[in-house]
Amino acid sequence: MAAPMLRGRCLGRCWALACIDSGSRHGRGAATGFTSSGKRGQSFVAQQPLLTAQKSRKGEHKWAAVVGLEIHAQIASNSKLFSGSQVHFAAPPNSLVSFFDASLPGTLPVLNRRCVEAAVMTGLALNCHINKKSLFDRKHYFYADLPAGYQITQQRLPIAVNGSLAYSVCVGKKWRQVITKTVRIKQIQLEQDSGKSLHDELRSQTLIDLNRAEGQLRVDANISVHHPGEPLGVRTEVKNLNSARFLARAIDYEIQRQINELENGCEILNETRSFDYKLGCTVPMRDKEGKQDYRFMPEPNLPPLLLYDTASLPAGADPQQVINIDRIREQLPELPSETREKLIQQYGILPEHSFALLNEVGLLEFFQNVIKETRAEPKKVTSWVLNIFLGFLKQRNLAVNESPVTPSVLAELLNLLDRKVISSAAAKQVFEELWRSKGKTPSQIVSERKLELMQDEEALERVCHAVMEGHPQVVMDMKRGNPRAINKLIGLVRKVTHNRADPTVIKEILEKQLSS
Amino acid sequence: MLGRTLQEVSAALKQGQITPVELCQKCLSLIKKTKFLNAYITISEEVALKQAEESEKRYKKGHSLGALDGIPVAVKDNFSTSGIETTCASNMLKGYVPPYNATVVQRLLDQGAVLMGKTNLDEFAMGALGSDTGGSTRNPAAHCGIVGFKPSYGLVSRHGLIPLVNSMDVPGILTRCVDDAATVLGVLAGHDPKDSTTIQDPGKPFMLSSLTDVSKLCIGIPKEYLVPELSSEVRSFWSKAANLFESEGAKVIEVSLPHTSYSIVCYHVLCTSEVASNMARFDGLEYGHRCDIDVSTEAMYAATRREGFNDVVRGRILAGNFFLLKENYANYFIKAQKVRRLIANDFVNVFNSGVDVLLTPTTLSEAVPYLEFIKEDNRTRSAQDDIFTQAVNMAGLPAVSVPVALSNQGLPVGLQFIGRAFCDQQLLTVAKWFEKQVQFPVIQLQELMDDCSSVFEIEKLASVSLKQ
Repeated sequence: MAAPMLRGRCLGRCWALACIDSGSRHGRGAATGFTSSGKRGQSFVAQQPLLTAQKSRKGEHKWAAVVGLEIHAQIASNSKLFSGSQVHFAAPPNSLVSFFDASLPGTLPVLNRRCVEAAVMTGLALNCHINKKSLFDRKHYFYADLPAGYQITQQRLPIAVNGSLAYSVCVGKKWRQVITKTVRIKQIQLEQDSGKSLHDELRSQTLIDLNRAEGQLRVDANISVHHPGEPLGVRTEVKNLNSARFLARAIDYEIQRQINELENGCEILNETRSFDYKLGCTVPMRDKEGKQDYRFMPEPNLPPLLLYDTASLPAGADPQQVINIDRIREQLPELPSETREKLIQQYGILPEHSFALLNEVGLLEFFQNVIKETRAEPKKVTSWVLNIFLGFLKQRNLAVNESPVTPSVLAELLNLLDRKVISSAAAKQVFEELWRSKGKTPSQIVSERKLELMQDEEALERVCHAVMEGHPQVVMDMKRGNPRAINKLIGLVRKVTHNRADPTVIKEILEKQLSS
Repeated sequence: MLGRTLQEVSAALKQGQITPVELCQKCLSLIKKTKFLNAYITISEEVALKQAEESEKRYKKGHSLGALDGIPVAVKDNFSTSGIETTCASNMLKGYVPPYNATVVQRLLDQGAVLMGKTNLDEFAMGALGSDTGGSTRNPAAHCGIVGFKPSYGLVSRHGLIPLVNSMDVPGILTRCVDDAATVLGVLAGHDPKDSTTIQDPGKPFMLSSLTDVSKLCIGIPKEYLVPELSSEVRSFWSKAANLFESEGAKVIEVSLPHTSYSIVCYHVLCTSEVASNMARFDGLEYGHRCDIDVSTEAMYAATRREGFNDVVRGRILAGNFFLLKENYANYFIKAQKVRRLIANDFVNVFNSGVDVLLTPTTLSEAVPYLEFIKEDNRTRSAQDDIFTQAVNMAGLPAVSVPVALSNQGLPVGLQFIGRAFCDQQLLTVAKWFEKQVQFPVIQLQELMDDCSSVFEIEKLASVSLKQ
């Protein structure tokens, strides 16, 4: 596996980047849907995207898999979608519950403006058509974490439809080849999230916390297989997958399971399944007997949601009361694809590295700050940031903003390296020390530990000559063409010079002396 | 004093002829004497006296809050009242004490009104005597000889009104005279940010002008409302009222609301569907009645709801869920929505043709005695009693029942005026004119009670007829 860090990163963070095992799945013209929801914790829920995959088995005719993702993403807002309760992470249970959230009789939903703006922004970022009129519905089912007995959602006419997302897939040898794919976004809808259920098996009871549901991002996958050219197969739904890694595994498993079943002459049931993380397989969900009829009904307490653009804005409209799509479009931040493109153009870094820089929170800023203060080449900076720096963070489970090494400090270190004051190996040692002991500058550490490279080339030549004289056997090996012999000599020279000589230079000198 | 209008009492309070506390005590005393009427579910005596005392302080300082300061009011028990039990007359909410006031309750209290208690209703307002979803402010008003006013949908906040049918419910106002209804409307109307179905305009108090010249008025008489079941007495009052307007110079014409005959059925589909949805929250988990079963959540829900709801409520939930099933939705719910649009358009067309106000009966007849009443099932009764009133709720229009005369049996009969959407002020102006012409003798309960012999008779009758 090439670039293990990148791969782990993209699967763990940015599910839109799919790194694929050679010979198995390709993404092809897929569609993804988002619905954004909010209430006690808000969610985006996506609907029915299609990620077409292909898998060939030896000798048998091909199967095509079709995958649709329903993605629930919680909106980051100060208060909930329909009530004024605050949204705080890790608040005591049931401490952020308004009368409406508790479904007290007589309470009514009031739409949160920020959530609507977030939904519009998401729709625009995903190239959707924003519906200037969208409607709210009630979806009925009984469950303890749904106090009203229904969820307010947008089933008939959601806020955004028909979008797309371009993403890159690393394929080929060493995942160096990057191809661009597009996934379709069927729709984005706003909806309430439920509360949180905690099952206490011991006391046979369930505890309900109505603050917000768990999981900032939750995904349900709809999967079916068919032979290309034939109609689509029966689909199953795999619910509540919370990480991209498990999502991929669950989908892979389910595709294979369906293929196996069909090839053995069995039928696929249109059922709901869950993913058993420990066993790595999907299992039918016991609770769902029969098909649910949600008895959708228009939500009578919320009038149609009307959005405007600059052209359709009514004259004299109160800006507090209306949402202008054009204004929101102006406020869109630079989208990741644009940022990545800029990075590639500006710094000549590889596409897969551009993904990695964007996938870790704060990493891009860190990188850019280092670049500002160093004369080292961007490629060098990239390598240091993505391999060494990020490696240290991950080992210690730290976020970028928790790093003891600041961009300036790293920049200083890279400058020393760039000026050949220290060797690469020495630089790594210094970095280790910087991580441990705050307050010391790289220059301080270098001088304290005497890590400066020998600048005196003549002295180095003398050392090399001496070492060669002292080890004639090794020299003989070298002359005979043994490639490892030279490394031994380099090692000896380094020892003598207390590692203060650049191994590359040592090698050059030894080779020169040998040939002469 | 208790027989006077709101404006008269308000004036008396201002002039110091009576104090708020005295008034409150008189009211409480009468409530206690008439307990056999079972009009109140909860009497909030302590709260009322406290509010009366505060009102008194304000009057002494000359800082009264307005026309409603110190005025005793009662609120139907499907309005949420903070700290005061709110039951909707249902087992499901027995013991439920809300932590917040409905907006309309809050607005009344902000004006210094004194809350005497929570009045009775059919369970969750699903009888003929319900909140004004199908006519249940206007119907009882007609039967009791008082003014019952249903504002335009969207004019008065529903926040805190425990809903029956969200798209039709409106808080209704019951008063002795039309002016009083206008006074209360001035306090209650206006945008509520907590209710997204209210219009944007903030409300403001207003005084009804005294109409003297009705020659510019056009009164419409919908011909479909002349049904065979209409009692001859009520028909005659209706006819006389039309003649009265005509003789005073108004234009009185026959109009048609062609889809009237479909409105009862349409109403039932939409009503039961919304009811099924609105009742879904009553599961015993967060508040209200909870059964003893704890085998599983589902079992708990089922038992709680069986125990907490009566037959009528359960029947409507089942019907509503049926209509909302995927396979039925298009044929029932959507169709009913379309019919609702047709019914609403009937009214729009009539008003667009130059009619200002419609004049109709409120009820088929005077109040039916209890023993007669219980002979029919709830659905039949509702269908009959709501026949004139419920199309108005479907169209969201304002309507008011004004008492016109006593029947041969000595029971009150009212007539209904229906106005254009958001032309509540105009509607009440016309109603006020009519009220002045008719001079209906409003009931003086205090005088009745003062006559001891009547009390014993009434109590005896009441205990017989109220036996369940």
